[in-house]
Amino acid sequence: MTLIRIGVDVGGTNTDAALLRGTTVLATIKTATTVDVTGGVAAAIRSVLDAAAMPAAKVGAVMIGTTHFLNAVVEGKHLRKVGVLRLAGQATRLLPPMVDWPKDLRTLVDGGAEMVGGGVNVDGSPITPLNPSEIRAVCRRWRAEGVGAVAIASVFAQVDAQPELTAGEIVAEEMPGVALSLSHRIGRTGLLPRESAAILNAGLSALGAATVAAFRAAFAGLGLTCPLYLTQNDGTLMAADFAERHPVFTIASGPTNSMRGAAFLTGLKDAAVIDVGGTTTDIGMLVAGFPRSRSEGAVIGGIPTNFRVPDVHSFGLGGGSLVSAAPLTIGPQSVGFRLTQKALCFGGDTLTATDIAVAAGLVDLGDRARVAHLDAGLVKVALARMKTDVEAVLDRMKPSAAPIPAVLVGGGSVLIEGQLAGTSACLRPDHFGSANAIGAAIAQVSGEVDRVVALEGTSRERALDAVIAEARTRAIEAGARAETIELAELEETPLSYLPGNAIRFAVKVVGDLAA
Amino acid sequence: MTYWTLTESDIDRIAIGVGILGTGGGGSSYLQMLAAKEMLRLGHRIRMIRPADLPDDAQIIGISGIGAPTVGVEKMGEGGEGERVLRAIEAHTGRPVTAILGDEVGGGNGIYPMITAARLDLPVVDCDAMGRAFPEVQMSTFFVGGQASQPAALSDSEGNTVVITRASAPAMLEKIMRAATVAMGCTACMTTAPISGAFIRQHGVVHTTSLAWVLGNAVISARETKTDPIAAILDQAGGGLVMRGKVVDIERRLAGGFVRGRLVIAGLDSDTGREIAIDIQNEYLVATEGDKRLVMVPDLICIVDAETGRPIGTEEQRYGLRVAVLAIPCTPLLRSEAALKVMGPRAFGYDYDYVPYGIAAAALPVPFYDHPRPDHPSTGD
Repeated sequence: MTLIRIGVDVGGTNTDAALLRGTTVLATIKTATTVDVTGGVAAAIRSVLDAAAMPAAKVGAVMIGTTHFLNAVVEGKHLRKVGVLRLAGQATRLLPPMVDWPKDLRTLVDGGAEMVGGGVNVDGSPITPLNPSEIRAVCRRWRAEGVGAVAIASVFAQVDAQPELTAGEIVAEEMPGVALSLSHRIGRTGLLPRESAAILNAGLSALGAATVAAFRAAFAGLGLTCPLYLTQNDGTLMAADFAERHPVFTIASGPTNSMRGAAFLTGLKDAAVIDVGGTTTDIGMLVAGFPRSRSEGAVIGGIPTNFRVPDVHSFGLGGGSLVSAAPLTIGPQSVGFRLTQKALCFGGDTLTATDIAVAAGLVDLGDRARVAHLDAGLVKVALARMKTDVEAVLDRMKPSAAPIPAVLVGGGSVLIEGQLAGTSACLRPDHFGSANAIGAAIAQVSGEVDRVVALEGTSRERALDAVIAEARTRAIEAGARAETIELAELEETPLSYLPGNAIRFAVKVVGDLAA
Repeated sequence: MTYWTLTESDIDRIAIGVGILGTGGGGSSYLQMLAAKEMLRLGHRIRMIRPADLPDDAQIIGISGIGAPTVGVEKMGEGGEGERVLRAIEAHTGRPVTAILGDEVGGGNGIYPMITAARLDLPVVDCDAMGRAFPEVQMSTFFVGGQASQPAALSDSEGNTVVITRASAPAMLEKIMRAATVAMGCTACMTTAPISGAFIRQHGVVHTTSLAWVLGNAVISARETKTDPIAAILDQAGGGLVMRGKVVDIERRLAGGFVRGRLVIAGLDSDTGREIAIDIQNEYLVATEGDKRLVMVPDLICIVDAETGRPIGTEEQRYGLRVAVLAIPCTPLLRSEAALKVMGPRAFGYDYDYVPYGIAAAALPVPFYDHPRPDHPSTGD
């Protein structure tokens, strides 16, 4: 039987939902995001089911992409106190945990940071042995203070995760019911940003559990019995029970779903994706079907982490962008979600980019008669300006001067007329307005591993194979079908200024969701 | 004595500047920047001193991190490593150290000595031995000028400390230190033989911390005023813009413990149609366009983000990055025959002689030595 899936993308302005049978889009809908995120998601799912007259019981999977957890960090809400255990011996004491956090977030989350024995060198030898009684003493104090979440980070956990695993067992014994985050399951090489990501994850653990529980309750109310997935930073999925323990993985998933949706809707693997929303335009590049990622790690709520996020250039052009005539300016101010009250074509008093598109006949929205008075010259130059603004950013994002196909998605993409310079084709596929929700619905499952290996007694190929095998195991654990797993990312960094060749491999594999 | 007492905002500027002067190597300055600011928050002070203000017989040591940058971001320092090597040298020579400096201004080592200086309340000399970053210990104007190969010392985060009492030559010292660093977990703190105020004035690349500050200040000011940071850097550093472009190919491999590779950058905007290649051996070494060599070591090839001016290290280079390639003339001290033997193209395995790029303007000290800011006095010990 073909899998029936619902994808939901919760954005700042709109919540989009898409219903797919296999690779066929049956229905898409767009609703306003509500303060109560769960309620908005439930409403979106209900309307997309109604639109396709689909009984809830037939749905095989629901995928949700949400900015909920990111907002919690940015707004400093719903975060809990975290005890931080760093396993490092004397090393690293120069820079204690959370040293580069904004002060207010640090105050909110810091439940006490302890630097204790443990950690390994790059060759796997222990820096100092783990001292269980030292860890037990710290745990008893935290327990007495009511700390309910603990993050553990060990030096070179990518070389040897055992110190974190052993310390985790001790913490779980001493603090029954504790929410534990082990850094080797969260982040990449670089102790401080990986530790910060583990701390954030622990800090979000109460919200993670509450959110997933609320989604499950809403599901029951809708009559859905299928598995629930959340989309991660890289656009792949995690099962709800994994997500409630790893909420931090959703934190930068924003632009990824649109780009993956664009790839799906057009079948293109290498293309530029231009996502025009109500306020901003995001331009990113698809490489082999996945968004190209930025070289620097994501900074979340002012906290440097080493999460890889898509290399997306955002600028202030969207359907709600304010337009003024002399001199001509378009955006970055926008009427945002108030478009249907403020824009001229909807009877408002504000000239927006959407009004220009309506006047030019590019889209039929509101009442065209209300924009009939607009100067034809202004409409023409404004359209041209929007196009050249997009073209300038596109040119900077392209990997080479050669023309590439571009995919236009998002509700505001109707502003762009004709073919863009530097492109071989400009496609605006069906369901372009809900590419984000479709991207969530078709998301795959990944497995990621970051390892530092010494090449003594082994070859580069054998070492790499072992790392890839481990990533495959993680993908299968996360729900991927083994025969569909492919290598999606391979980063190889030789360790410099040292004799004896050691290499760091960062590997990601992806596969389709097991039906 | 007249000092420049650093503020947190000075450290932000220096961190960008040392990144630019790192010519792609030297490791990220981010962690050292955090550590230096943490020192100030804990109530320590960091005071810079001009070489001209040093007594002739001052006993000065250089303090640097040695090892793999990728290791340094995991097994970070403990903080007392610098004090241990300093005490080891004092014990060996029987004389107190009166000031410290960094041998390598480029990259994280441009800030590294400030941590020890803050803890011990010793001044840091506004000077280094490269004016950039280099991969090996012997690549130093001090060694070219006759600095002894011993004593030297290393210490790691767990307190292990080694004193080298005899090395036959600076290159031998490099070998011994590299081996000891591996034993210490591939990251350690090092110092070489003490030098005097008089020696530094003759053989040091002066005011390089000031230069780093000026470059970082140019970048930050350009960002604040929304002007071009590239033009701002060149305005302060001299030299020229080689090209603006986009990374279209990057190849890296490991050979003998060093990263070697090649970066290809295709021109953008007014440089469309051009393509340059840059050889990497930890740092950016030689830039070529077709058969033409545009810039070569020891002149500085600096690559920064084309929009923000943020310096980009060799390990961060990725396909598609938009960059500006800058050439900055090196100090005349690196252009002597003796210096080129150690730090010229042939020292890196090229079979051609050095062709200089432009003439360096001598770096000037920042004005804060003579015109202190109200809350940061420039006098007092």
